[in-house]
Amino acid sequence: MTGITSYGAYVPFHRLHREEIARAWGGGSVGGERAVANWDEDSVTMAVEAAFDCLDGIAPESVNGLFFASTTSPFKEKQAATLIGTATDLRQDILTLDCASTLRSGTLALRLAADAVKAGSANSVLVTAADCRLGTPQSVWEQRLGDGAAALLVGDSNVIASIEGFYTVSNELNDVWRRQEDGFIHTWEDRFVLTQGYQSVVPLAISQALKQYDLSPEDFSKVVLYAPDARSYDTVLRTVGFDARTQAQSLPFDTVGNTGSAFPVMGLVASLEEAKPNDKILLASYGDGCDVFILQVTPNIEGIPSRRGMTKYTASRRTLASYATYLSFRGIVATQQSRMPPAIPASTMLWRERDSLLRFHASKCRQCGEVQFPIQRICPRCRSKDQFEQISLSNSRGKVFSFTLDNAYIFHEPPPIWGIVDLDAECRIRIPITDASFEDIQVEMPVEMTFRKFPREGDIPVYGWKCRPIR
Amino acid sequence: MGTITDKVAIVGMGCTKFGENWDKSRDDMIIEAVYEALEDAGIELQDIEAGVVGTHLSGLTAACLAEPLQWDNVPISRVENNCASGSEAFRFGCFSVASGMYDKVLVVGFEKCKDTGVGSLSWPSGIGTHPQLGFVSAPAGFAMSAVRYFHKYGLSLEEGKKTIAKIAVKNHQNGALAPKAHFRREVTLEQVINAPIIAWPLGLFDCCPTTDGAAAAIVTRADLAKNLRDDYILVKGLGLAIGRIDDYFGKARGKETDYTYWIETDAAARQAYEQARISDPRREISIAEVHDCFTITELINYESLWFCPQGKGREDVDAGTFAIEGELPVNTDGGLKAFGHPIGASGIRMIYEVYKQLQEKAGPRQIKNPKLGLTHCQGGNPTAGFQTSVQVFGTRE
Repeated sequence: MTGITSYGAYVPFHRLHREEIARAWGGGSVGGERAVANWDEDSVTMAVEAAFDCLDGIAPESVNGLFFASTTSPFKEKQAATLIGTATDLRQDILTLDCASTLRSGTLALRLAADAVKAGSANSVLVTAADCRLGTPQSVWEQRLGDGAAALLVGDSNVIASIEGFYTVSNELNDVWRRQEDGFIHTWEDRFVLTQGYQSVVPLAISQALKQYDLSPEDFSKVVLYAPDARSYDTVLRTVGFDARTQAQSLPFDTVGNTGSAFPVMGLVASLEEAKPNDKILLASYGDGCDVFILQVTPNIEGIPSRRGMTKYTASRRTLASYATYLSFRGIVATQQSRMPPAIPASTMLWRERDSLLRFHASKCRQCGEVQFPIQRICPRCRSKDQFEQISLSNSRGKVFSFTLDNAYIFHEPPPIWGIVDLDAECRIRIPITDASFEDIQVEMPVEMTFRKFPREGDIPVYGWKCRPIR
Repeated sequence: MGTITDKVAIVGMGCTKFGENWDKSRDDMIIEAVYEALEDAGIELQDIEAGVVGTHLSGLTAACLAEPLQWDNVPISRVENNCASGSEAFRFGCFSVASGMYDKVLVVGFEKCKDTGVGSLSWPSGIGTHPQLGFVSAPAGFAMSAVRYFHKYGLSLEEGKKTIAKIAVKNHQNGALAPKAHFRREVTLEQVINAPIIAWPLGLFDCCPTTDGAAAAIVTRADLAKNLRDDYILVKGLGLAIGRIDDYFGKARGKETDYTYWIETDAAARQAYEQARISDPRREISIAEVHDCFTITELINYESLWFCPQGKGREDVDAGTFAIEGELPVNTDGGLKAFGHPIGASGIRMIYEVYKQLQEKAGPRQIKNPKLGLTHCQGGNPTAGFQTSVQVFGTRE
């Protein structure tokens, strides 16, 4: 049996009231709020968060495939999946793949994972989907979009939701697109896009799928559809013949926003969080066509430990101070630059220190047990040389030993909060504290680790670990 | 192990006006400091056989000393040890004459901080470093010590801020009496406490400024000094301790070094006190120039230099122990806080003040009956380990 064996999600901590965007431009608000990735987050870091949520309680070495789906990979050239796999401490001898460009990339990655498992080329494939798309300032898309990620583990044992069937169509249409050089999404006129695109392609694909598997709408306990907005979601549900009240999975249009390629996967995660054995779920995505999945929940769903998932991550939030903060987080407006010489880490160093900096490994002395981060060859306590094993710190929690707000910081990112943190892995580290309001921080405050981007200096991507108050 | 005690004498010193010296290049400042030192010693540059120059970032080779002085084909070394670069140059100058290799050596420390366009300290491009392991600004590093100090000794934010603010007030008072100081204006306790936050809980007046300046010393063997002047000053002890980042990160050492006591200062002081045969520094030292890049730094250094027991610095601050007229005057020229902190120059500027005090030429800030003076330089950051030197000087017996 092939299907989903675990799931996880991630929603950034910050939310922007759409009213705030409307106020800035003097227009109307579509209501609610949207999730905004912090300046140190992107699709890669959000995918890592969702992956950790999904892999909670699962040995990373058991995973032998990793797919990353996004229309907003930070890289045009260079695989993001390798970075995500390293941050999540997966093995290197695994199948890695980026699925890009289309809003269907999340569900395409899911299908490829299921195919790989069925074909026997992998038996536990982690599918991550994340997006952080930009609507043109002042456009309705700026309000509608949101940032977020989801992860699914696809395998052939301990399946919690088996994939009973799928159906895919492709459809060439310029409805939503970005060219290589574009930062913001382009769309054609709404009337055309909705009637000839989303509202016709999705119902047709679902009907074909139902016909192929000899099912009818009432056979499903839950339906999860990608939808550009809440109204279109309703329209398509009605067109196909689903009961919007009883069958439609509630989607976070008003709390998170449309998260692009991650949106249908996040919807599926939300439905799995509420699912009971024998539930039948229909999942359909949209973007240059449509992917339809028919899933059957198994009794294993009751054995899976609770995840933070959509429920907890959506509830854990802080209102972003202003629209201007959003603009600076996304680099849409440039903020003051320092004249400090750029501090550009060397690619050579990032590679040599990858176990410390990306995998977040510390050295633990085999002689005396001393733990050091970053990895040290000589133990400062017993002075033994090269006698250590690597231990992972990424799942550690810690307590703040000391902290400060660094207004003398020299980059154009917001002033960082620095922490000296005692980890439960018996190690004291100096580490930035992110997703936090300075006023909240106290000595002894508990924190957890989070994978983030580091300052945007120079042309080399720099990622590493920070901590945050426990969400 | 040998000792340096009474083997080396300072026979001339110079120091520029410290400040935002927009109209002076590093060369201008080096020339000014060196010519004052030559005049003070009553000798010519040609009488000097070798040089040592200390700078953090303002010049990469010893040519930075040779060029402005048009000093051809003499041995000069360029040394660097962060904020202890000036005292490092001085150490090497002392060893150069104590070894008998040279009779007279010129020691110069300088920094041109205000050509960077950066309001705070600049540093070289961080090629090879990862932001996770670096990039904590100096104020932020020391702020985390302040947080721990307040926490450990049960000081409320108000009590803690007030204690360190008193150190800023004292140093500004002293700076007002020092014609060459960067800041020559007194500040009130309220001004210090209410200043904008640089790195919480440290405000603007808790931080030393970014300063241009140069200072110079001419050292010779003690037995040759009397040929040049009667009031030469003797080197009594030189200590240096280099810390490691591990000291602060490891489990075991981390618990020893809890950010409220500088173990490198303790170690460097121990070396210098042993050489100078000092057992009770609080009573035996007449004047101390202590590294006070931040007010919290000076507070913790009182304790780490054994001027008072750990956790008791606050009582002495309240009692005025370290004021010019106090039991042990500290930073009589205003310290880094008011005199300014051109990184490589500071170590020699401190010696300049001790030299003038021991010669009783310190004008309105002159202390009474000076016998022994101490200088202390502390490079680095509490979260990254220190490069700390302690020097002790005495008058001719």
